[in-house]
Amino acid sequence: MLEIATKGTKNYWLWIAFLLIVIGAGTVAYLDQFFNGLMITGMSRDVSWGFYIANFTFLVGVAAGGVMVVIPYYLHDYEKFHRITILGEFLAVASLVMCLLFIIVDLGQPVRMLNVLLYPSPKSMLFYDMLVLNGYLFLNIVIGWKVLEAERNQVKPPAWTKPLIYLSIPFAIGIHTVTAYLYCGLPGRGYWLTAILAPRFLASAFAAGPAFLIILCYIIRKFTKFDPGWEAMQTLSKIVCYAVIANLFFFLCEVFVVYYSGIPGHQTHLQYLLFGYHGYNALVPWMWSGFILMAVGAVFLVIPKLRNNYILLPVACAMIFFGAWIDKGMGMIAGGFVPSPLHHVTEYMPTLQEIIITLGVYAAGFLVLTILYKLATQVKEEVGG
Amino acid sequence: MTKNMIMGGLAVFVLAVLSPFWFNMVTTTQAAPEPELLGPAKEARKCVLDKYDMRANHMSLLDEWRDAVVRDADRIYVAANGKSFNMSLSTGENSCLGCHADKAKFCDSCHTYTSVDPYCWECHTNPKEIE
Amino acid sequence: MMEKSRRSFLKVAGIAAIGLGAAPAMNFAASDSQGSAAAVKAKNPDALHAERWGMVILVKKINDKIAKQITHACHTQHNVPDFTHEVDTQKFPDTRPVNHNQEIKWIWKEKFHYAFPDKEDEFLNEKFHHLPFMVLCNHCKNAPCVQACPTRATFSREDGIVIMDYHRCIGCRFCMAACPYGSRSFNFRDPQPFIAETDPDFPTRSKGVVEKCNLCAERLAKGEQPHCVEAAEGAIVVGDLEDPASEIRKLLRENYSIRRKQSLGTEPSVYYIV
Repeated sequence: MLEIATKGTKNYWLWIAFLLIVIGAGTVAYLDQFFNGLMITGMSRDVSWGFYIANFTFLVGVAAGGVMVVIPYYLHDYEKFHRITILGEFLAVASLVMCLLFIIVDLGQPVRMLNVLLYPSPKSMLFYDMLVLNGYLFLNIVIGWKVLEAERNQVKPPAWTKPLIYLSIPFAIGIHTVTAYLYCGLPGRGYWLTAILAPRFLASAFAAGPAFLIILCYIIRKFTKFDPGWEAMQTLSKIVCYAVIANLFFFLCEVFVVYYSGIPGHQTHLQYLLFGYHGYNALVPWMWSGFILMAVGAVFLVIPKLRNNYILLPVACAMIFFGAWIDKGMGMIAGGFVPSPLHHVTEYMPTLQEIIITLGVYAAGFLVLTILYKLATQVKEEVGG
Repeated sequence: MTKNMIMGGLAVFVLAVLSPFWFNMVTTTQAAPEPELLGPAKEARKCVLDKYDMRANHMSLLDEWRDAVVRDADRIYVAANGKSFNMSLSTGENSCLGCHADKAKFCDSCHTYTSVDPYCWECHTNPKEIE
Repeated sequence: MMEKSRRSFLKVAGIAAIGLGAAPAMNFAASDSQGSAAAVKAKNPDALHAERWGMVILVKKINDKIAKQITHACHTQHNVPDFTHEVDTQKFPDTRPVNHNQEIKWIWKEKFHYAFPDKEDEFLNEKFHHLPFMVLCNHCKNAPCVQACPTRATFSREDGIVIMDYHRCIGCRFCMAACPYGSRSFNFRDPQPFIAETDPDFPTRSKGVVEKCNLCAERLAKGEQPHCVEAAEGAIVVGDLEDPASEIRKLLRENYSIRRKQSLGTEPSVYYIV
């Protein structure tokens, strides 16, 4: 099936070439980091995780969001999602590839990576995160590939894929729950120490993942002859709508608890993010734009007339996607570290080199996504689906 | 795919796989260096394990030692030959380099010859190098 | 038929590969059982022992000069890099500029309201604002960093010391996120150029690993007191928390003491008498 990806239009090859150039730039930047250490990043003693882990966290959400097409189609026989289920699964694969790459570029000693397997530590949440992320990646590759291959040969997918599909559903919830547990089980970090963190992560994941899928559907419509179906996109937009509202609601619950109880260890982080703390306010404009983007996006999607507008829908989706990226990426990670456990304030901003490495990882993910989507759409065109 | 193509491909593969041999045929090869015993080691003649065991397994022994020191807080190694040693690369007279005085002639000569680059010396200091 | 045989070949090849990987380890185990069956590893007879090591800091006995002495003794003898140190450009020609936020420290002085942010009282006795509080790894009984570490590179020793295996650390920095005391530092870069004089009795660290106070495990093993105790002129006492007859238990019995962020349940082993 892979041979499909070796034939394409001029635009296809231009896009691939562009991605390869970005990957190349990212690799050069990464090699420098590899030899000189993470000193090239904006991270510090106080803010010891930064842009890499932020993007990792966000992309785990995008990967988990794929389950929002799998559940309706496989559990509720919602036929309209038949055409896009594979898109959700392949989006999960590409996102997970990026997640794993982000973990690797964040390690101080990447060559010792396999120590996680050599000395398994069942008390560490990172151990479980590794298990569920790799498990979910494996499941999606196998399921997506087998189902697509069956479709190409116009036969039923093998029966053994069914249990794997059902298994992938708890795995999708699992990857994001465990990723939230990385943060919310740490006693000294007031911003993360909240039981709502995992539900909040899932809500923002189920908004950002499908929102991105809708945008991808637009791109597919423009560049291929395959039509994912306007009705499917409409249903997706409703999912995005309620998920983003749930996300905002969970956040407001957090805001209430923090400000009404007034416990300083919890309040200072939100204070820093929303209003600034002791004159430090680098993230304040980011956070407000994140929430405004999500809120306005939610309003767009909740009103049927606006949601049904073919031009407005991708705009609303993009707003929600970037809003969630700010909230869960930068805000969640830097916000947890500022102020530090000793209430010192060290602010964080990624360096240019850090951003280039990040873009390189994104380009690698998009390369995987492009190739997988090329296969999926071409097969669907062939069988006339 | 024709028979010729397959045979040609195989020939190229075999040639490529054997490249280290070709490389050695065109470059000059030297005999393996003997580690030199200098300093107190010259008189002692008795190491942690016997000579051949040491040659083959010193890396595994060092790995075992570092776990013993770091993780179990054991620091003394009483060898099978009855002698006791300080399980340390470089601290004190009873450590590896305390006895084998010259790191360059004892460790590095072989490591360089076999293109092994152990990362021990990124952190552990050769007392000689400090001054 | 073809398919079948290829599959079984791959299976056999896979098993063989596992065997190859295990061979050196097995060889060594075999040779070990004949050659050095009698070899034993033991503790140094002079080593100091405790059921659970702990520390008492007599804050009133510490002034700025002693605080400096303590940090200096610890940092120089553990080869902790000092980023204010002027780099020898002949030895390390391509050293890049320093980001001082990426500093490394094991024990250092803090003001009261930073060391004890949850005990910041509105009408606190004025003198507390000026006292130097030495902060370091608390060697917690329930250490969150030990729980977080995905490779068991950070672990609790039997005697309560929370210690790191720098050979094993992968530099994921989960422990730094987990530590509620900010006691951990990460080697964002190679520390060598910033070590004025390398102490040969203690290894340096490589870039990409986390480090922190080890309660001078290397000195306790030789029967010596930690560097900070020696430099503190009596202001720091280290001893066995589980031994009712120990000096630190006597101090804790006779004085009111506080610990950092006690409410988190980490059970720090460092006590402050103020």
